[in-house]
Amino acid sequence: MDVSFVNPFIKALIDTFKTMLSTDTIPGKPQVKSGNKPTHDISGIIGLSGEAQGAIAISFPKIVALKVVSAMLGSSIKIIGPEIVDGIGEIANIVAGRAKQGLSQYKLTISLPNVIVGQNHAISPPSGIRAIIVPFDSSLGNFVMEISLKTK
Amino acid sequence: MRILLVDDSATMRRIQKTQISNLGISDILEATDGEEALIVLKENMPIDIILLDWNMPVMDGMTFLKKVRSVAAYNDVKVVMCTSESEKSRVIEAMKEGVNNYIIKPFTPDSLKEKLGL
Repeated sequence: MDVSFVNPFIKALIDTFKTMLSTDTIPGKPQVKSGNKPTHDISGIIGLSGEAQGAIAISFPKIVALKVVSAMLGSSIKIIGPEIVDGIGEIANIVAGRAKQGLSQYKLTISLPNVIVGQNHAISPPSGIRAIIVPFDSSLGNFVMEISLKTK
Repeated sequence: MRILLVDDSATMRRIQKTQISNLGISDILEATDGEEALIVLKENMPIDIILLDWNMPVMDGMTFLKKVRSVAAYNDVKVVMCTSESEKSRVIEAMKEGVNNYIIKPFTPDSLKEKLGL
């Protein structure tokens, strides 16, 4: 995977959390994913197609997902339900759309978001693409973004 | 002032509704896709502003926009695209099809107010 793909997604995620949640996020060192680690409780996934193909997933522990969507909506959400699923999907959608600005050399189409809910699930990148994992730290908790994208 | 919010994300509609309500506007309608929005529009005219997402299931925002702009009775309805589609080419495409303004998600309450002209 071309590592130049990573920075637009990191910037998009920082901007999204700052603007929509008034929350600062600090990215850790990007790492190449190996095996089925890390695992997650809730993931928002957006597929990318066109001149580059792949997907991004933003994955949260349950408690962090509840805090993130609560901050987004300005009201406390206490259970994993439709509001959390929709909120996490919308965050993934906004981050992917925003990142396209930094990848304007490629004509990209983004899919509607998919959200996976399930304790300790792992995400596999599309066949033949290595994923890059970026950990994030924030006052709402820690979470990760997995980026898997390659040019045609 | 009557505003129609069209977005498949209930979270996004709730955020938009809260921010618009905070500006003192309470006549706010909602639709989850372009097809539903056409029905809401037809049954609730006059509507002053439509805040429109682009990527939606059933009928997307661009298809909805073209249908709205082909009906003379809706000529005065202001359409503001509010989308994660951030590329310049997309903004130009939407402007050519007749949107009055364009908001790229994520947005602040101030930028929403400004782009809606409130």
